[in-house]
Amino acid sequence: MDTILFLIFAIIAVACAFNLVLQKHPISSALSLIGVMSSLAVLYLLLGAEFIAMAQMIVYGGAVMVLFIFVIMLLNAESEKSSGKSWFAQIAGFPLLCALVAMFVFLIRVALPPMRDVHFGDWVGGTAEAIGMLLFTKYLLPFEVISILILVAILGAVVLARKEID
Amino acid sequence: MNFYLVSLIKIAVVFGIFMTTLAYLQWVERKVLAHIQSRTGPLRVGPHGLLQPMADVLKLLTKEDLLPPYANKVFFLLAPFIAVSLALVSISVIPFGPEINLFGTRTYMQISDLDVGILFILAISAVSVYGVALAGWSSNNKYSLIGGLRSSAQMISYELPLTLVIVSPLLLANTLSFRGITDAQAGFYLGFIPRWSIFQMPFPQIFGFIVFMIAGFAETNRIPFDLPEAENELVAGFHTEYSSMKFACFFMSEYANMVTITCVATLLFLGGWHPLFPAPYSNWVPSLVFLFFAGVFLFQLMRPSRKMDRLTYPVFAAGSVALAVLFAVPVLQTFLVPAFWFASKVGALLFTYIWVRGTLPRFRYDQLMHFAWTFLFPCALANLLLTALFVAVF
Repeated sequence: MDTILFLIFAIIAVACAFNLVLQKHPISSALSLIGVMSSLAVLYLLLGAEFIAMAQMIVYGGAVMVLFIFVIMLLNAESEKSSGKSWFAQIAGFPLLCALVAMFVFLIRVALPPMRDVHFGDWVGGTAEAIGMLLFTKYLLPFEVISILILVAILGAVVLARKEID
Repeated sequence: MNFYLVSLIKIAVVFGIFMTTLAYLQWVERKVLAHIQSRTGPLRVGPHGLLQPMADVLKLLTKEDLLPPYANKVFFLLAPFIAVSLALVSISVIPFGPEINLFGTRTYMQISDLDVGILFILAISAVSVYGVALAGWSSNNKYSLIGGLRSSAQMISYELPLTLVIVSPLLLANTLSFRGITDAQAGFYLGFIPRWSIFQMPFPQIFGFIVFMIAGFAETNRIPFDLPEAENELVAGFHTEYSSMKFACFFMSEYANMVTITCVATLLFLGGWHPLFPAPYSNWVPSLVFLFFAGVFLFQLMRPSRKMDRLTYPVFAAGSVALAVLFAVPVLQTFLVPAFWFASKVGALLFTYIWVRGTLPRFRYDQLMHFAWTFLFPCALANLLLTALFVAVF
């Protein structure tokens, strides 16, 4: 059951990722990205990380992508046109991509130590309680530093936006 | 195998009740609004217009299904589907009652008891913006587009106070599962004050409850926050170009969202299925209420204002008495009484929704945004800080 669900959602995630690159219209691409995010959330859920799965849906599937779609709609972005000029990209693009992927796979297999197999349902540290405990004991300093960083980013955005209005 | 069978039965029961509620909620809304405005409301189809929902479904099914030539077809068809399916899926984590015995199997009155139920609801509500936004954009109509944009901006803004205010009952209950939250609210202070979150101490949570309800009105695009479909400026907003069943999908999703948000409010703040009075007395309240209804119907029978009243009022009275007897049977009481308390709390909140629609005018768009960011958000934050302080100290 777990394996079947994993295969279904892994295939959906990869298909959506391809669709994201292939689609001409920005809204189609953004919707494909939502598909990728949602399938990833299901994969997290299968691995037992229920809190991360829901956070993925709320933050990435919801908030971030709504902003993307909002901006695309607001600017009324058109379909992108193919410039058709770069003959080098047309001929060598796909082989180079394959080479890049092959290089990454090779490096990962060589550089990383051999890993244990992953079994569904083995890991139980994904509850909200376990994550909260880790965040407020072991990772307290990084957590607080990131909070400050995000606060600074928000203030920066507000300052920049205000300057433009005046 | 038993697990699948029980789950299927529960899904069928919940789906049937939910769909009937959605159909009749619209009838109730028209009736209540009519009486607020000194009209009679639907009266022609069936006794007191009771068959009006069926007539509406027939009308919507047989209408011409128009596809505007300049619309983006894929997204135009996808949008109502997204809206309605996401609106219907949230009901699957709502518990309606305690653990019961069904054909020898112990089971919950809930389709699935998720450990992170409340987060699931938040995730669904975060994603459900897409239905409205896509509908507005793909219609290729400036009114629809403005409606869709307004809706996205409004839902992002009001999601913030809504989420912040949800955290306080979670802090009090110390869990994310709806069942756990409701169980934490069982029992009574001094034997008569229910231990619902709304009566809990850190400055009465009723403040948080009010903020939640206001944000809930905005999340479901209801008056006074129904800017996405403000008909005097935007024709019908994001669903201007939709007709027939596709329009019905948006209509249904609006009512489904309303039911879901009132269910969540009931579970978080009003103690879910836990009764208002201690147990031995509260088990007889449903029967008494239905007997009272029967009495009202019989009283109305003595001064009929229409010819059919001589026929309909005795039937209504007999039905109420039958329900009263049903609720008095001890075997059925174990699951009927909790369901009654849950339904009556949700019903009271839904009535408030309709009441507000009949009472308040619509906000202006800048007022809406101003209200969310400069009033509701600080209120939710202050409520959260006070509750956290209280939980930490005691």
